[in-house]
This record gives sequence, C-alpha cells and structure tokens, in this order.
Amino acid sequence: MSLMNILLDVSISHLGGAIGAGLAAIGAGIGIGQIGKGAVDAIARQPEASNDIRANMILTAAFVEGVALFAVIAGLLAVLKA
Amino acid sequence: MQVNRLKSLLVACLGLISVLFITPVVANEKGGEEKLDPAKLIMEHIQDAHDFHFFTLKKKDGTEFHATLPLPIIIYSSTKGLSFFSSSNFHHGHEAHNGYRLEEGKIVAEDPAEKFIDLSITKNVVQMLLALTLLVSLMIGIANKYKKGQGIQTAPKGWQNAIEPVITFVRDEVAKPNLAGKYQKYLPYLLTVFFFILINNIFGLIPGSANVTGNIAFTVVLGVVSFFVILFSTNKHFWGHIFWYPGVPVVVRLLIMLPVELLGVFTKPFALIVRLFANMVAGHIIILSFITLIFIFGSMSAIAGWGFSPLSVLFAVFIYLIEIMVAFIQAFIFTNLTAVFIGQAFEGGHHDEAHH
Repeated sequence: MSLMNILLDVSISHLGGAIGAGLAAIGAGIGIGQIGKGAVDAIARQPEASNDIRANMILTAAFVEGVALFAVIAGLLAVLKA
Repeated sequence: MQVNRLKSLLVACLGLISVLFITPVVANEKGGEEKLDPAKLIMEHIQDAHDFHFFTLKKKDGTEFHATLPLPIIIYSSTKGLSFFSSSNFHHGHEAHNGYRLEEGKIVAEDPAEKFIDLSITKNVVQMLLALTLLVSLMIGIANKYKKGQGIQTAPKGWQNAIEPVITFVRDEVAKPNLAGKYQKYLPYLLTVFFFILINNIFGLIPGSANVTGNIAFTVVLGVVSFFVILFSTNKHFWGHIFWYPGVPVVVRLLIMLPVELLGVFTKPFALIVRLFANMVAGHIIILSFITLIFIFGSMSAIAGWGFSPLSVLFAVFIYLIEIMVAFIQAFIFTNLTAVFIGQAFEGGHHDEAHH
C-alpha cells in the first residue's frame, strides 16, 4: 500500500471517487432503462394512457437519477477533499 | 400599471449599476502564459463570488480586460465594526483592502485573530433578489387582474395565460391528490417553492449568472423550511406509527422500526436537499466541462481547439436542452415530494386497512 502511494502522485481517494461515480452512472443507466422499458411496454398495451404513463415515467426517472447523483456528489467529495 | 412601474424601476437600477460600476481592471501578466486548470475554472463558475465576471479579453499588449460587475462587500467585525466597500478594491485577489483579503473567492482577515461576519451582497444574493422581484411582481400583477375579474368573467390576458395552467397543474396534480381536504392551507407554500426553484433554475442556465440552486446553502434552507412545514402538520397518528409501528412483533418494533422510522423523518428532507443540489450542480458541471474541453484541446494545439469546438458546442447545446427540462422537473419533484410528505404527516385513521 505504501509503495503504491509513492508511485502515484494523487491519492487513492481520487481513484475511489472516479470509480464510484462511474458505478453510479451504470446504476442510473440500468435503472432508467428499466423504467423506460416498462413505460414503453405499457404504452404499447394501452396507447390512450400514454400521457399518464409518460408523466409517471419522468417522475420515477427523476427519483432514480437523484439517487445516482447522491453517489456523484460522494465521488466529488472524495476527489476534492483529498 | 404597478408592474410596469416596477419593471421600469428595475431596468433603471440595473442600467445605473452597470454603467457606473463596470470598470476595466488592468492586470499585469505574471510572466508567461498561465497553465489552464480546468477544475479550478469549472469550480469558479459553480461557486458564489463577490462580482459578476462576464468575460476576460487579452489585449495585444499582454494586459487583460476583465468585464466584471463588482458587488458591494459588507463585513461586520467585532473589532472594526461595519465595513462597506466595493469588491473592485480587491482587484481579483491581488490587493488587500481595509485589513481584508480575497483568497479563493472567500474573504480572509489579515489579522488572524479577528472574527467577522461576511454579509456581502454576492452573486447568489443578487440573483435571488432578482428572482424574488420577478416572482412577486408577476404573481401580484396576475392576482390583481384576477381580483378585477379579468380571467374569471372574461378571457385571461397576458401573463395570466402562461401562469394559470401551471398553478392549476400544481393544484390538481400535486396538492389535491396528496393533501386531500387540506390543500388550500398548503397551496401558497407549494406554489412559492415551485416557482422560486423554477425561476432560479432557469436564471442559473443563463451564461454569466449565478448558480443559486446548485448551492448547498440555498437547498439546505429550502429543505429545512419544508422540514418544519412537515413537522408542524404531523398528528398523533403519525408519531404513533413512528414510535409504535403496528403489525410487527414488539422486538422488531423497538429494535428496527423505531430507529428506522425516526431516521426517516430526517432523511426525507435531506434527500430533497441533496437531490435538488446534485441535479443542478451536475448539470452545470457537464455544460462547463464540454466548453472547457475546447480550451483543453486548444492548449494542445490551436487546430485541435478550433476543430473540436463545433462538436463541443453541439454537445453543450444538447445538454442545455436537457438542463432546461431538468430545471422544470426538479422544481416539480421538490414540490411534489414536499406535498407527499406533508400528506403522510397528517393522514391517519385507516386502521381497517392492512399496513404494508
């Protein structure tokens, strides 16, 4: 561990922060993809409800994105606060 | 009539300020090109500052022309009393004034033992005041029109057309479904929060403006106010559920449900705070990163900079459109979740239904 710290000129926390943010992006992508899949399936079954479904889809996507952005903020803190 | 006079007053004030106070600041070269620091550049645009910095031109003789609008600095210190001066006295951090210095955008006293309170009018304060004036003048203007019957007995005119569907949307989709029966009491707060966040989000997207909603202090205050509104709407049923959650064994009730539910009272407004803050700041960082990429490529070679700029601008425009949508969505989500939590606070008396 100490050898690695000598070889790097930035701390491990930068690595951790960046990887964390990347994982959060994967999570958000999968989550919002599922939401979109469910919404599109539902619209295909019942096109008249497409307005309701679209509103719910955007609402749920905002929640999932909020959680992913928590992780982005955590990653940012890891990088900026050394 | 009043709205027009208020608007003229605003325009006159802004014109006066910009004419009197935009000063060219001549800075000497520090001996060679300064290395481009993208992280610092982006952070400068996201953080609060004591002046509006619009752009910097490098003149042929090496000096720089900063187009800035310096803002007043108001400091109250225990030793020196009230200090009031323009931030142009700091010359972007190169000079000290009156015993204070600007370091990394924050004011530092030269005497380390001195305690002071920084009450300056910063970028965020100016933008919040502008948003406040716009909100108040718009809403009072519309309300006066409604009082005279315009929009009720006759067709709505002017801004009523734009704002009435939004107010109806908040009332019918956010307030009524979540706050059955008592929505009239909470509608003013929900509408204020919605429009204030929306206006500040939209203003924040204008280049050169302040990043108000992406400032954790702003969102913390909004979250704390929502927290108190929720707290003051709770009833016995709500607290009964927290301390004595029905439908589970007593051991689970005390060991798991009690801490979880108690923590839940605080995590819900905390999530509101971080969600709004993170969404806005992330959007701004993405837009700034795409534009900064041009300069990063440009510092490698001029051709790469120019060649990459159409792509970068295209991406930035695409993200801008998404950010406009996010501005509306985040204002709606904050309002909707506040309404949901208030509704959860005073719902009660459904002991016949099965609890989840």
